[in-house]
Amino acid sequence: MTGRTRRTRRTRRTGGRAGRRALLHWIGVHALAVAAALFFVLPFVFLLLTSLMADQQALTRDLWPRTWEWGNYAAVWHTPGFLTWWRNTLLYAGLGTLLTVVSSVPVAYALAKFRFRGRRLALLLVIAMMMLPPQVVVIPMYLFWARELDLSGTLWPLIVPMAFGDAFSVFLLRQFLLTIPDEYLDAARVDGCGELRTLLRVVLPMARPGIAAVALFQFFAAWNDYFGPQIYASDNPAAWTLSYGLESFKGAHHTNWNLTMAATVLVMAPVILLFFLAQKAFVEGVTLTGVKG
Amino acid sequence: MVPPALLAKRRRAALRTAAFLSPWLIGFAVFFAYPLLSTAYFSFTRYDGFRPPAFNGTANWSYVFTDYPLFWPALRNTLWLVVVMVSCRVVFGLGVGLLVTRVKTGAGLFRTLFYLPYLAPPVAATLAFVFLLNPGTGPVDTLLDGTGLPAPGWFTDPGWSKPALTALALWGVGDLMVIFMAALLDVPKEQYEAAELDGAGPWARFRHITLPNISPIILFAVVTGVIQAMQYYTQPLVAGKAAAGVIGGSGQQFEPGYPDKSTLTLPQLVYNLGFQRFDYGAACVLALVLFALSMAFTALLMRRRGGLTGADA
Repeated sequence: MTGRTRRTRRTRRTGGRAGRRALLHWIGVHALAVAAALFFVLPFVFLLLTSLMADQQALTRDLWPRTWEWGNYAAVWHTPGFLTWWRNTLLYAGLGTLLTVVSSVPVAYALAKFRFRGRRLALLLVIAMMMLPPQVVVIPMYLFWARELDLSGTLWPLIVPMAFGDAFSVFLLRQFLLTIPDEYLDAARVDGCGELRTLLRVVLPMARPGIAAVALFQFFAAWNDYFGPQIYASDNPAAWTLSYGLESFKGAHHTNWNLTMAATVLVMAPVILLFFLAQKAFVEGVTLTGVKG
Repeated sequence: MVPPALLAKRRRAALRTAAFLSPWLIGFAVFFAYPLLSTAYFSFTRYDGFRPPAFNGTANWSYVFTDYPLFWPALRNTLWLVVVMVSCRVVFGLGVGLLVTRVKTGAGLFRTLFYLPYLAPPVAATLAFVFLLNPGTGPVDTLLDGTGLPAPGWFTDPGWSKPALTALALWGVGDLMVIFMAALLDVPKEQYEAAELDGAGPWARFRHITLPNISPIILFAVVTGVIQAMQYYTQPLVAGKAAAGVIGGSGQQFEPGYPDKSTLTLPQLVYNLGFQRFDYGAACVLALVLFALSMAFTALLMRRRGGLTGADA
């Protein structure tokens, strides 16, 4: 901010040639920005336009709908199963997020603020789990859920593990809790608070942005998950999620690009809406994963 | 001699720590340690999930590395993605990050627009790109026709399917953009001003001030990019299925890695061996290969100064 005002002031003072150069620079930068914006936005635009075309036109090279078929969205909405996929996705993402936050906060708090032997090792193991592709342990996990507990064809094999601390969420929350000064915790302890009360009364309110970021990430991860539902729910369409169902929707309507694109828009819209509602928490979270620490 | 009061206090502290850690301790044992050990064990057995696993030495290992026809193509694809896709993403992410820090008018709007595609769910984004790049009818073909450039077959051409996936990955570069943006804004302004006084041009300033200052973040972006590339699953699988026009979930057999194995990645092989061929033993070999690769690069990430965990840990 300060750098920007300083530079404009200097430009104004020197004027003339320097001013012209600054103007050219401004034009160059903004032309590039507009070009980049086209690259990022046009796919959404084509997606929306195609989703509103008639069946026949969607198979042509036209870019602009001749007639606006808003009914495509109603057709997708009333596709058998679509509402079930919505319900399943909300259950998976909503309940999963809740369980993740509740189970990850105490773990992250202990890793950030308690001193104990093995803390470093525990942290290393959290990071190892975080970097582990789900495919590495999927065979024994599948056998465990499907054969021992007979839960294949449901989303429970994906939801239940979230009650036991998600490694990425633990790591992210720990990074956030490190930024809370110990003095606040000591003050609470002097006032006679136990650790649980310190966590609930003092730490939780201060950690709200971190918790919001973790909740968003977890919600998105569940919403976007394809591998999990593919492993556990593929045999039972009643347990499919939007991300998994969408792909089969494409298969069933492979000549109807307009309907497929309408379904695609309906799967994208909620996450993008959620982003606009919680933009700050989200960007903060992305930064937290890379820069802090 | 430790006084008993202190001993009791220590025991209480240890119990308290264990209580706070308990969700994760259980999760670690049940969802990490146990399945990892089982995977290692199964990799040395013949196991189809119905008959109990029977020890067969290193037969699965030699099968995967010598006879399994999909292993080397998948490894080559992964290597291609690691080299080309990751470097493109890092360079592009840095470029967009630089651009966004230079924009003065409408910066907030541009930032949001650049970031949005990162949020598109992978299945939805992949289907959208298969449509956009569909030969003959896709909008990109129409645009290319207008410029007179030849339009490749993208997701239907083995030579172009990975570049098409790279385009999809560049579209979702928003995460790197935000990380680079934060790093670029952290570079001390005085250094630029001093260099400007010394007559350093824009390239010299970038080369000698910006790059050294953000090099830890570049390393972070490269290594996490490599880890993501090795785990790359949903996009290549959905792109292959959608481009092949295969109906998902209907049981119809799908040629893995369509077109011509060019979109096969290592994680897909775990699925192919385990859940399509019911050869759990060989699938576990691949799972362990994936594990070793992921952990090797994670170790590399941890070795950078301060590591992922902060200076104190």
